[in-house]
Amino acid sequence: MLALAAVTAGYGAFTALWDVSLRVEAGEAVAVVGPNGAGKTTLLRAISGLIAPRAGSVVFEGAELAGHPPYDIVAHGIAHVPEGRRLFPQLTVAENLKMGAYLPSARARFRESLERVYALFPALAERPRQRAGSLSGGEQQMLAVGRALMSRPKLILLDEPSMGLAPVMVLRLFDLIRRVREEGYTILAVEQNVRQVLKLVDRAYLLEVGRIKMEGRAADLAEQDFIRKASVGF
Amino acid sequence: MSRASARWALGFAVLAAAPLLPLGGAREYLWHVIIQIFLWSFIGNAWSLMGRFGLVSLGHGAFLGVGAYATVLLWNFFGITPWLGAAVAILLTVGLALVVAYPCSRFQVVGHYFALVTLAVSEVVRLLIVAERDWTGGSLGVSLRTAGTASGLVTLQFADKRVFYYIAMAAWIFGLWVWARVDRSMARSAMEAIGEDETAAASVGIHVTRFKMGITALSAGLTALGGVLLAQYLAYANPDTLSGIAVSLRIVFAVVLGGMYSLLGPSVGTALTIALGEYLRIYFGIRLIGIAETIYGLTLILFIIFLPAGIWGSLAEAWRRPTAPVRTAPG
Amino acid sequence: MIAPIFLLEAVVNGVLLGGVLALLALGLNLIFGVIDIVWVAYVDLVALCMYAVYFLVTLYHWPVWLAGLGAVGVGVVLGLLVHLLIISPILTSPPINQFLATGGLLFFIQSFATLLWSTDHRSVRVTLPTLEVAGIFISFARLIAFVLSILAMIALYLFLTRTYTGTAIRAVSQDREAIALMGARPRRLYLVTSAVGGAMAGIAGALFSIQYAVHPYFGNAFGPLTFMICVLGGLGNMVGAFFAAFIIAQVISVGGVLVSTEMGYVIAFVIFIVLMFVRPGGIFARRA
Repeated sequence: MLALAAVTAGYGAFTALWDVSLRVEAGEAVAVVGPNGAGKTTLLRAISGLIAPRAGSVVFEGAELAGHPPYDIVAHGIAHVPEGRRLFPQLTVAENLKMGAYLPSARARFRESLERVYALFPALAERPRQRAGSLSGGEQQMLAVGRALMSRPKLILLDEPSMGLAPVMVLRLFDLIRRVREEGYTILAVEQNVRQVLKLVDRAYLLEVGRIKMEGRAADLAEQDFIRKASVGF
Repeated sequence: MSRASARWALGFAVLAAAPLLPLGGAREYLWHVIIQIFLWSFIGNAWSLMGRFGLVSLGHGAFLGVGAYATVLLWNFFGITPWLGAAVAILLTVGLALVVAYPCSRFQVVGHYFALVTLAVSEVVRLLIVAERDWTGGSLGVSLRTAGTASGLVTLQFADKRVFYYIAMAAWIFGLWVWARVDRSMARSAMEAIGEDETAAASVGIHVTRFKMGITALSAGLTALGGVLLAQYLAYANPDTLSGIAVSLRIVFAVVLGGMYSLLGPSVGTALTIALGEYLRIYFGIRLIGIAETIYGLTLILFIIFLPAGIWGSLAEAWRRPTAPVRTAPG
Repeated sequence: MIAPIFLLEAVVNGVLLGGVLALLALGLNLIFGVIDIVWVAYVDLVALCMYAVYFLVTLYHWPVWLAGLGAVGVGVVLGLLVHLLIISPILTSPPINQFLATGGLLFFIQSFATLLWSTDHRSVRVTLPTLEVAGIFISFARLIAFVLSILAMIALYLFLTRTYTGTAIRAVSQDREAIALMGARPRRLYLVTSAVGGAMAGIAGALFSIQYAVHPYFGNAFGPLTFMICVLGGLGNMVGAFFAAFIIAQVISVGGVLVSTEMGYVIAFVIFIVLMFVRPGGIFARRA
């Protein structure tokens, strides 16, 4: 479904990704793990169009998307839940979700999408008029994921979903992500919490200093392999 | 002598000798223009002492106005010599600047807020001048009472423009000297640190408020002096030409156009804008009133859009010969 | 001592004045809140819309209300032009350059207007009655202007909260990248914002033209005042600007009656400066 080939990207004079290639099949859940500063966020931003890769290709369902603007990429069916949630703090829960369905195609099926999201995240259904900035960390993450779902994507990019959450919330969150996955969405998650994310996904990549160092099936991989390799940054 | 200094010395010599050269009937007009350039460059220079460190003031018209009106009114009503008048004017202006700068520094009124607060200050001064029309003549302005036979150094009024030429030039050079001193001083490093990150600067022990107020006071005082000299030279003060938003904007324009971070940037910018203004005024004469200003405004917009580093700044970067440290404007 | 009836009249007039000032402040704040640029020439755009009303009425003999609508259209076009020609190129420039670009526009508009229409004051000759209510004299023109301002602000509020585009505009002012990830184009939202800001300038122009005569330097009378109101309410804070406008209008009106018209403005500005120091972010600033 999604194939990155030899992607190089960065900011200004600084290159964060070198020659990165990976793939995600339809229906899969894939993780990219690695220490801080490995380039994981840059990777997702290069896919969703917030930055344009300097080299390489990003092919999604046969279409080349590298260098396309974000509104085009989301129209193709990729939704990005950014690092730190990036909710609209002064807008309400309902308004945030409304913004998620900005695309004309999403707006047409707004009611349907909204019901689905509220069914998945009852905590949101309970407080539609609360300002997003006043939600708890876990609720904010749910809202961020729900907002992404409103655009009716095929692929969801998750950037460090567990960041800033208490361990109990993290468990609950990954449960919810599992349910989202069961609904049929393809997921590419970037995470530092290796143990939890390995339980969720089918395959995983290790990204270090901008390069893919390892790849494998989650079932085969011991957490130790990754931890050992990734411990440089910890 | 290095080649660079030789060039400067030559330029200086030409400027110094200009009034003595036989240039025919248009002499007086030429001196008039150059005097204006000297004085407004001096003022622009003073402004850039704040501008280069991120303290963007849109209200220097206030300091100009206080400087000009203080001296003129003291002379007109009380016969006080402009030397004393200037001292009073500078004190008043520095006082005003400190009153505004202290809370701004303490409470971190910066950026857009600071610019608009200074704009408000210049409007207050302008409105006050207009409101107190019994003293100040209101919107019609006030003429400097002629000293007649007492003209001379004490009253700072001269029949011969050329004296003013040298006074203006001296002021201009003085302004450049102050700029250069600040540039080489501790204050500069401190202000740049403050400009980058106030909190970090404070944590290193830099007394942020004191430096900000110091620079503001210096800038304001020099601007007031410029106002005094302008009023003495033109023998006339008007609230719209010497205070208010329009003149404040013009000062900033000229400096940014020429380049805020170099020694001669403000002077180059001022010279160009004044020359442009004069040229347009001569070309169009009294036909099409307003067209000169229209083209002026249009030119300014185009320059800001296409030459953001300023003319001098862009040229200096292109030649890569730093006469003074040149940087791109802070993002 | 001033008779209480005059004070009351001043208060009422202050409220009426506040309505239109609030309209100006909201337009300016909308643009700043979303695009992060102060349109120094905003009130000069209002003046241009006033000229539009004047010419539509005197040259083409449109009825005043229709000319007012025309002014709104002119405002929209001006807003779009300003954004496309001047703002777009300098979106990433340092703030001082942005001030100067819109400041240059101020010079340009004022002198171009002088060139085209001279410095003559031009007024749309509308004779509207003066009402007397309980001994207070109220200009009907002012009353209409007040009512229409309030209606316009309500319309703006509804636009920003009930429509998709309006909510998106609020969203882009809070997080430009995030809204881009939802399929919106921030550039287009900026254009809509500029058009709406221009429309509000047009409305203000229409409302001013039944009260004041227009001339090229009209912007200098209300410009600094509008900036002051916006800063007082907290730059970008719509609710703050609304209340700040009425507060300032009261000071001007009551101060004008107690001392003199001009001193009324001086007092307003001085109070502003003092308030800035008491509450540097604006009196209604959200604690950052």
